[in-house]
Amino acid sequence: MKNIISSMSLRGDCFAKNACNDGRKTGLLRRAVALLAMTILAACAPVDLNAPMPAFDTGIDPNAWARIPAGEFHFGQHEDVESTEAYEIMITDVTAAQYADFLNAALADGTVKVDGESIVGFYPGDEFHGVNHEEEIKAGDWVYIPLDDPSQRLQFDGARFTVQAGYENHPMTMVTWFGAWGYCQSNGGRLPTEIEWEKAARGTDERPFPWGDEILRGNANFYSSRDPFEDMASFGSRTSPVGFYNGQKYGDYQTVDSASPYGLYDMAGNVWQWTGNVYEGMHYRFLRGGSKDTYDMDLRVWVRNNATPTYFSPGVGFRCAR
Amino acid sequence: MQFIKDRSNYLFGSTKGLILVAIAMIGMVTAVWGMLSGPMAEMGVREVVIKLLGMDIVQSEREGRIIILYHSIAMAVVAIETYMLTGLLKMKEFFKMSVRVLITVGYILTMVFGMGFAYFGHNWAFHGLYITGLLLIFFAGVLLCVALWPWNKEYYATDTSYAHTKKGIDLERVAFFTAAVTTVISALFGAVPGSYYGHGFETFLAENIIRLPEKTAMEYSIIGHLHIMLALIAIMLTLIIGRWLNFKGIWHKIAMPLMILGCIVLNLGVWGVVTPLEPVAHMIIYVGATPSMLAALFLLIWSWNKFATEGTAHLAKPTFLQKLAAMVSDPLKFGPTWQMLFMNFTTSGIGIFMAVKLDEIFRVWPAREERIELTGHWHALSAIIATIILMYYGDMLGLKGKVRQLYGWSILFFSDVALAAVTIFEMKRLFIGEAEQQPLVNGLMYAIDFGLGMLLVLLAVVMVWRLVDLFKSKGRWSEEKEHELSQEVAK
Repeated sequence: MKNIISSMSLRGDCFAKNACNDGRKTGLLRRAVALLAMTILAACAPVDLNAPMPAFDTGIDPNAWARIPAGEFHFGQHEDVESTEAYEIMITDVTAAQYADFLNAALADGTVKVDGESIVGFYPGDEFHGVNHEEEIKAGDWVYIPLDDPSQRLQFDGARFTVQAGYENHPMTMVTWFGAWGYCQSNGGRLPTEIEWEKAARGTDERPFPWGDEILRGNANFYSSRDPFEDMASFGSRTSPVGFYNGQKYGDYQTVDSASPYGLYDMAGNVWQWTGNVYEGMHYRFLRGGSKDTYDMDLRVWVRNNATPTYFSPGVGFRCAR
Repeated sequence: MQFIKDRSNYLFGSTKGLILVAIAMIGMVTAVWGMLSGPMAEMGVREVVIKLLGMDIVQSEREGRIIILYHSIAMAVVAIETYMLTGLLKMKEFFKMSVRVLITVGYILTMVFGMGFAYFGHNWAFHGLYITGLLLIFFAGVLLCVALWPWNKEYYATDTSYAHTKKGIDLERVAFFTAAVTTVISALFGAVPGSYYGHGFETFLAENIIRLPEKTAMEYSIIGHLHIMLALIAIMLTLIIGRWLNFKGIWHKIAMPLMILGCIVLNLGVWGVVTPLEPVAHMIIYVGATPSMLAALFLLIWSWNKFATEGTAHLAKPTFLQKLAAMVSDPLKFGPTWQMLFMNFTTSGIGIFMAVKLDEIFRVWPAREERIELTGHWHALSAIIATIILMYYGDMLGLKGKVRQLYGWSILFFSDVALAAVTIFEMKRLFIGEAEQQPLVNGLMYAIDFGLGMLLVLLAVVMVWRLVDLFKSKGRWSEEKEHELSQEVAK
């Protein structure tokens, strides 16, 4: 590093000595190489995954549910008409605190168990059709959450699960589809289908975002949205507390009330949300809503993402329906 | 009046003028529309551009807009290739003129009215003119096939150092003809679904449906269309570069049959995706791609050997380093084949690696990650095609000495830095997790933006120079007006 800095300062030395006609070209080259080297070094710098997280109370109750009436709505980018029965869906994503409570209860009653560096639970399996690229999901124990991943915000001391301070009201992330499925089942619910999810996000009109037609930085937590939780120079985007974008001002940061027509928060951005459909001929599970790591185009209500059900990420969470 | 007439004659009546106009049009579209995504969007530049230009951006129409944008740029590239090959190959003046008029009017209509329709409100007359433009380009393609007809005895090979049949049919011309015919047919694979879907907006981007196990014939048709059209643009450009460098000898005799065979099989494979052959279509595509890429490799071997040999002819016993220096001494001639080699790291290599490890690695990642690889690798191929065109254009400009070196090496350095960074960005999940990636992503983005940005600056400098030149009574344009590319083929 010392060499790099000294080569960066070559220009100053050169002017001081006033004898640098030949050296100037070499100096330029050196500076370019030094700049490139510094960029590479900066790119390799370790990220502090536990950097201080600002704490805000959003005032939104993560235990609240919204009732979605039966009826038709515009589904998808090209506004096909679909209909649903009436159902209820959580106002927010499941929080880390809620999931820790679930795991503590489930561990006590034997619904989940520790398996190496993972928490696993039973899943009854899916029908297998042998379609190209399809992988069989057999009945058995599947990973709910990993314990050894540095991005995991739940801590396990061998007996109890607790939440890393500051993340209690953030969405539960680093959870597989099985872990999301297990949580909803244990709470008398299920994961919403894609159609249910989209209706809850969009209402009955043709809006592309839960709050309307256009997106501003104050509407949602997305890539480079300049929210108080991100630092694009180091750790990048991080989750925001559930219900954060409710029109409140947090310190100097003013949010826009971005609830969906049915009063749901975070239906665009923050974390991708697992949905419940199991489609014939494919093992992938679909995710909706975009996340803190995606551009605004992925926050449009009809955008689909998918992953294997064992996938987990700091940008994936869920909510339940019933 | 004479001032305007003379310049118009140059810009729309000469090969180099036509190419200059098309490059300028692409440059402008790339510069403006490049500000609507990526880091420019993050920095808020997108919003400024949208307001400044009065764009009408409807969220649900993004995919349709992008498809029109891709077509606008691609049609201008196809036009450039057409100007090049009509300037390089023998054909009747009537055909040459007709093809050029059709394709020039076609791509300008496509670009101006397509972009007008997509980004500035929906004037349906604009949409009609956009479709008319595409149609004219299609007719130009049909006419080009007629013009290239290799079984016309006028076009038989007279020099035995070029690939030819026993009867004397020029196999290089057959390769051009094959690429042209298959391009015209493959265009239909986009046109038919495009008509079916209506106005082009109820549509999809292929990367968004790639994992769905069941796709309709129309969806397969579009996926096949976008893949083969880019491949054919690359094949045609390889042939053009070969002609410009005067590719000949034993390598030419092996390469041309391979190119013809590869082109036909590749197309059959892609067309096969909409037929019951779909399950084996990929295998046919691999079989077709291999000889085509081998043909390009033979061009590379021949040309590098030629540069090394000719560049050291004055030396009695040249060393390896002297040969190497001679090989790279002219970046504009060395560059195109180097980019073809580099393409294997950024496009073909990635594609093959993905195919081999698809279920094991790439389909374990979420679809959005796979989308990055899919869009990244063909953006890289498109950029490589653009740089090869720019290098040939640099030679057409008659750049000499230090300016030639600076122009050529700048294109190679800036584009390869950017494309290497794109490739690492695509593959980053192999070696870094989501939570730790931001510094790496930032570094890669700087490299990408630096490379592509400098490339655009370089292009802008050339365009400004050419604009200033047009105001001179005896500018370079007045010399270029009379020159034809076939006169400038390497000896």
